[in-house]
Amino acid sequence: MVASLLAAAGGADGSFRAPYLDYHALAPELVLIGVLVAVLVLDLFVGEDRKVLVTNLAGVGVLAALVPILTLAVDGSNRSMFGGAYVVDEFALVLKGLFLVTAYVVLLMSTNYIADGDYYEGEYSFLLLASLIGMTVMASSRDLLTIFVALETLSLPAYMLAGWRKRDLKSNEAALKYYLLGVLASGVMLYGMSLIFGYTGETTLTEIAGVLTQLESTPPLISIGILFIIVGFAFKVSAVPFHFWAPDTYEGAPTPITAFLSVASKAAGFVALLQLIYVGFIANSDVWGPLCWVLAALSMTVGNLIALRQTNVVRMLAYSSIAQAGYILVPFAVAGESAEALVTAQKASVVYLLIYAAMNLGAFAVVIAVARKTRSGEISSYGGLFKYAPGLTLLMSAFMFSLAGIPPLGGWFAKLYVFTAALDAGTPAAIVLAVIAGVNSVIALFYYASIAREMWMSPVPDGDVTPVTIPPALSMALAITAVITVAVGVYPPILTKLGNVAILALG
Amino acid sequence: MMDGFQFESWALSLAVFLPMVGAAVLLLMPKESETAIKVTALATTIATAGVGAWILANFDYDATDKLQFVVDKPWIEIINSRYHVGIDGLSLPLVALSMLVCILCVVYSWDHFPEPHNPKAFLALLLVLETGMNGTFIAEDLILFFVFFELVLLPMYFMIGVWGGANRQYASIKFFLFTLFGSALMILGFLALYFRAGNTFDIPELIANAPQMLPRGTQMWIFGGLFMGFAIKVPMFPFHTWLPDAHTEAPTVGSVILAAVLLKLGTYGFIRIALPMLPEAAVAWAPWIGLLAVIGIIYGALGCLAQTDLKRLIAFSSVAHMGFVMLGISTLTDFGINAAVFGMVSHGLITGMLFFVAGSIGERYGTREMARLGGLLVQAPKLGWILGFCAMASLGLPGLAGFWGEFPAILSAFHPAEGLSEATFRVYMVVAAIGTVLAAGYLLWMFQRTAFGSPKDEFRDAHIHDVHGPEWIAWTPMLVLILALGVYPAAIFDVTDGAVQNVTAAFQAVSGH
Repeated sequence: MVASLLAAAGGADGSFRAPYLDYHALAPELVLIGVLVAVLVLDLFVGEDRKVLVTNLAGVGVLAALVPILTLAVDGSNRSMFGGAYVVDEFALVLKGLFLVTAYVVLLMSTNYIADGDYYEGEYSFLLLASLIGMTVMASSRDLLTIFVALETLSLPAYMLAGWRKRDLKSNEAALKYYLLGVLASGVMLYGMSLIFGYTGETTLTEIAGVLTQLESTPPLISIGILFIIVGFAFKVSAVPFHFWAPDTYEGAPTPITAFLSVASKAAGFVALLQLIYVGFIANSDVWGPLCWVLAALSMTVGNLIALRQTNVVRMLAYSSIAQAGYILVPFAVAGESAEALVTAQKASVVYLLIYAAMNLGAFAVVIAVARKTRSGEISSYGGLFKYAPGLTLLMSAFMFSLAGIPPLGGWFAKLYVFTAALDAGTPAAIVLAVIAGVNSVIALFYYASIAREMWMSPVPDGDVTPVTIPPALSMALAITAVITVAVGVYPPILTKLGNVAILALG
Repeated sequence: MMDGFQFESWALSLAVFLPMVGAAVLLLMPKESETAIKVTALATTIATAGVGAWILANFDYDATDKLQFVVDKPWIEIINSRYHVGIDGLSLPLVALSMLVCILCVVYSWDHFPEPHNPKAFLALLLVLETGMNGTFIAEDLILFFVFFELVLLPMYFMIGVWGGANRQYASIKFFLFTLFGSALMILGFLALYFRAGNTFDIPELIANAPQMLPRGTQMWIFGGLFMGFAIKVPMFPFHTWLPDAHTEAPTVGSVILAAVLLKLGTYGFIRIALPMLPEAAVAWAPWIGLLAVIGIIYGALGCLAQTDLKRLIAFSSVAHMGFVMLGISTLTDFGINAAVFGMVSHGLITGMLFFVAGSIGERYGTREMARLGGLLVQAPKLGWILGFCAMASLGLPGLAGFWGEFPAILSAFHPAEGLSEATFRVYMVVAAIGTVLAAGYLLWMFQRTAFGSPKDEFRDAHIHDVHGPEWIAWTPMLVLILALGVYPAAIFDVTDGAVQNVTAAFQAVSGH
């Protein structure tokens, strides 16, 4: 709460007293800020031909930020600062880890893409790191204000990155659409937050929950506030019907940024939702439950049905990621049914996010690799890939069938666990949603398999069977994502343990 | 080593994962060294079968109702799913069948891989398939079962889609979508079992507890989910439409594996999971399953009579034969289910052989249109007689394996389990008996059109190879088994009976109270 924060900051004699800072807890962000500054400075001093150094520095810096995450994880204590507005617990650590690894893989994917495309490299890494800092802060935010600041920190650099291919009209369109709708969403969300603050007089989520759990029923004002906040984040996670920006932005943006948006940015939106719903609005499942049910059902169904019609692989992946957001929303829709369902639901969403990150990043890495040769994003350009790039074909098939949820690839467990959450709740509405999800995974198979069909069964469109060259950084990105995707599918506990600890401390 | 290497506890895992290891090794080998690739694949299947032979030799045949060589280790603790495998009299013949068929398929494809050739990818897929099939038959945990059950989809999809006939893309995706639809509902059923019957996926535990814990209404809809999953896989009428397409377009080896093993995953699922866990629902569903089974028998037979393509005819005959298997299962009697398991094995051998022969004929003549074929006995007499032998076995000639799958299944419908309408099942019995007559009709008609008479003009001067080396090696074991099991069916019945009695015990418990 702002007032109490200010009161705490001001000493008894009215003089300013600095709030307590736990530097260990802030270490990941501090490392990132240091790297960010170093990247900016280094960019000034290296020549055009050695800009790759800047990207490499950024990559190493992101990995360095993982070190304090590990030490914090070993330490294991929950740390709270600023009157509970900033919390470093296992939930925060798991998701910070996800953001950092995702950003690292995106940097690997970007290295040659940006250099070959003759785009600004130093600034690119700088903005990516800036966005990443917003995400890591988001994972710790347990206050409406912190959440909002984190959201803007992660979004503003992303708007610019979406328009990075600045000589391409589609990229301009991508950035503009993303920016306008993103700002609109922020406005809607901020209005919702102001309503919540106006009613409860609090901004810290636990305090808000304290006020809201006292109420017999949810007052309309609170309902509207929650509705607006969720709608704001529904834009961020591109849930139907707030998804219209996603396909155009994804298609126009540089492909590594598309991967970043569809994984990290989407995950950040879900992290905020997890915190808001499971901490702040825990008592109001009558509002967010049905809302998430509708969002989940619509996202899965509409996303999948439109994905069926796509001829461009990036647009197809865009609609696929809309549908995947629907699966991640399923646990939210059923979480309010019982205390047990609540816990399973949180784990299910987190586990899905982790697995989804690996397989979706992998898919984009293959798209980037293939486009190096074909210079095309059309699905038909994948024809006969098996003949000249069997390794890439195998990887892409693995990522596609993982997204479709076919064992033994990681995605099956993510889907299974979402089904588990739905059946754990066990109400008719939850079971209907589970059946909708089940039918949708069959529909989804059709378009994921269509990529596999092109690669394995169609002829090479232009007869050019020279092999695809894959630079080392991109190979690394492919290796990381593929190993995770396969390993999780065969032995899910390597990630479920993370999902297991990543439960928000309630109330 | 603390307590020495316990082969008992490793045998089943080896039998399942050895092919997967072989597939991984194949991936690392250069594509050009084809001979090395073929040898590696063959060695893998033989080594796997060697483990299988060891299991066969050390299996305790006096305790066929007990799970043996059990391994039970934690796997996915977050959902309490375990790596629990074991083998009993029900699994044993099917695992053996799967291992045998895989070796023979590698041998058969030795020097004639279908277009676009690429033995490396083809054999790697075949080995992954073997892991999936073996694993399904020994899994004693529902999630583990599900993973293996689904594991066969990808390799079969690629096998049909890449190496298949002209219409392969349509056939492969149809196969995939149909099966996936069924398994999506099946997995929801599994999860419902988990939450309603003691938070466990353990199959023996669920068999022991689920019947008491689940009220009839719950059993009914869970059974519905499982039914969709298994019935599509079998496939039962009216979910069979993927099968003729898949079989017709698949390469020969794909058809053989599909017919010999994959279809059994569905019927096995009924016997292992759906019936003993949900006995009350099984009694309620049985008349309808029986009805669909006999419709399948007649429909499959009539479908055969309308076919012009040899492979498509055999595919429809599969629908009919699996109808007999399902009829046996639907009687819920010891007799019927034993017949069903025998039917699964014999259909695997006989129809597998028929697809081998059909593939070889198609390869030699460049067509499988029966109107264009004829005079096989003149041009390739050995091939012709093998086709005849398999047709006889398929129509249920006493003394050959097919008889012991069909005849007891029909007979078992005379006395269905307690709680089932005798009148209804006797009608089914009569209809199924008519089905055998039709089967004799279409099989003899098929044989007559392809083998008798003289070759058609277009092939009169063609040189048609008779059965060659790899074919002899691949076919002899199956032909011998068809004959041996026909003469001595107890080899299977003695093994399965104990395990089947476990299944039927569940129904006696139901009718008991």
